[in-house]
Amino acid sequence: MPHAVSPTVDHDDEFFWNGVAEGRLLVRRCAQCQRLQHPPSPMCPWCGSLEWDVQQLSGRGTLHSWIVSQHPSVPDDMARIVALVELDEGVRLVSNLVGIDAAEVENGMPLEVLFAEVDGVALPQFRPAGGGA
Amino acid sequence: MLSIRGAAAIVGIGQTEFSKDSGRSELQLCAEAVRAAIADAGLQPADVDGAVTFTIDPNDELNLMRSVGIRQMRWTSRTPFGGGGSSATIEHATAAVVSGAADVVVVYRAFNERSGRRFGQPMAGPLPPAMNWYLPYGLDTPAKAYSLWFQRYMHRYGVSNEDFGRYSVVARRHAATNPNAWYYERPITLADHQASRWIVEPILRLLDCCQESDGGVALIVTRADRAKDLRRPPVTIEAATQGNTIFGETIFNYYHDDISRFPEAEYTARQLWETAGIGPEDIDVAMIYENFSPVVFYQLESYGFCGPGEAKDFIADGNIDIGGKLPVNTNGGLLGEGYIHGMNNILEGVRQLRGDAANQVEGAELVLCSAGRSALVLGRG
Repeated sequence: MPHAVSPTVDHDDEFFWNGVAEGRLLVRRCAQCQRLQHPPSPMCPWCGSLEWDVQQLSGRGTLHSWIVSQHPSVPDDMARIVALVELDEGVRLVSNLVGIDAAEVENGMPLEVLFAEVDGVALPQFRPAGGGA
Repeated sequence: MLSIRGAAAIVGIGQTEFSKDSGRSELQLCAEAVRAAIADAGLQPADVDGAVTFTIDPNDELNLMRSVGIRQMRWTSRTPFGGGGSSATIEHATAAVVSGAADVVVVYRAFNERSGRRFGQPMAGPLPPAMNWYLPYGLDTPAKAYSLWFQRYMHRYGVSNEDFGRYSVVARRHAATNPNAWYYERPITLADHQASRWIVEPILRLLDCCQESDGGVALIVTRADRAKDLRRPPVTIEAATQGNTIFGETIFNYYHDDISRFPEAEYTARQLWETAGIGPEDIDVAMIYENFSPVVFYQLESYGFCGPGEAKDFIADGNIDIGGKLPVNTNGGLLGEGYIHGMNNILEGVRQLRGDAANQVEGAELVLCSAGRSALVLGRG
């Protein structure tokens, strides 16, 4: 299993990690102008509101870009795919892509979320939509 | 609008050797480089009354003063965003001397980045909260974080790792004839590049990555009218700016609408051309910050030296070689000469305009020094 560093949760992203613990993918939504923002910031950059809600995302999206992540100088048999996912709701999220070999990965492929413990850290992960691991 | 064009000049440069194990403290590297720059300008330490470095530079201003013998300073500032902000140091120094906040500003950067903390090795926790979105998923090195941006560019324009390698070959060719370069007399072929190991598959090989280096560099900035009386021919600052954009990130782009482009560098380019009253066709030498080879591609396109997606052909056609249409990173760049966080590329820009670079471009009159998120145009005073 790859090594995973735990997030240092703070006031502005606690909702996200609580959602992950419950198996829900959440995004910050401005309570005033309703725009979604990820990564979240404490003030809405469009309307200035400090009031916000969370919205549960569908967990569906497409692969915007990707890499194979491995240690830069130590032989590493725990390589994993890091993905920039374009979610259907219009926000982008960095995550991992599982259930597929790197040779089969294609930009634009449809993905769906799952939740997993990686090295003891609960994280959202993505897999090819309609199948996979 | 008040223009800074030509109002300030770089009048001195200094450096240590660039190595993999300096055998001395970062403060000593800093002091040696600053002393050398002051001497190059024909000034004394007591003439310096301002200092600029990076937010993450380990060398405290007061320790620098007590080492070099700078008696009083009335201006200090630091630039954010690591190497992307490297050209902003000169912008800060220019603002200080043109406004009268200081007369003589030393700009410095020194570190043991190979024998000490290596930038290329994975970061460990605990994380600053902003890294929560990246590091748990494995984006624990600059190479990985950047590559997730670069991959979209490769996909969009059909660019391969071999295309990136053609830049690395040029950088190492330039380094091979620069005695100041770590890779002096050690050029590479495209086959060498393609045989080097993957650092981030399928984006970056080892020979796409800048070095990790120990060393220090410094530059002296003062007003252009004062520069005329000094020892060295002044190199004027024709324009200097930063390119910070909403939804940008410190070292990569994931959230702009089109990440196959580099909006920060495009913004920087527009400002430079407007301030200096020039365009890309006027630039004689381009010093382009390249922690990794693909950022050269993005920046060649952002500044309009070629169109979007055309950098691979621009490079393959020999345009960035000495003798080409736009010689790039004539010292070997951060891949070939050394990695002093981009600042050594500015020293090379100064040398090109003084006419004493190892790989001199004949008649160079305007040099672009771009770090993507900050940039300047230097001219002959």
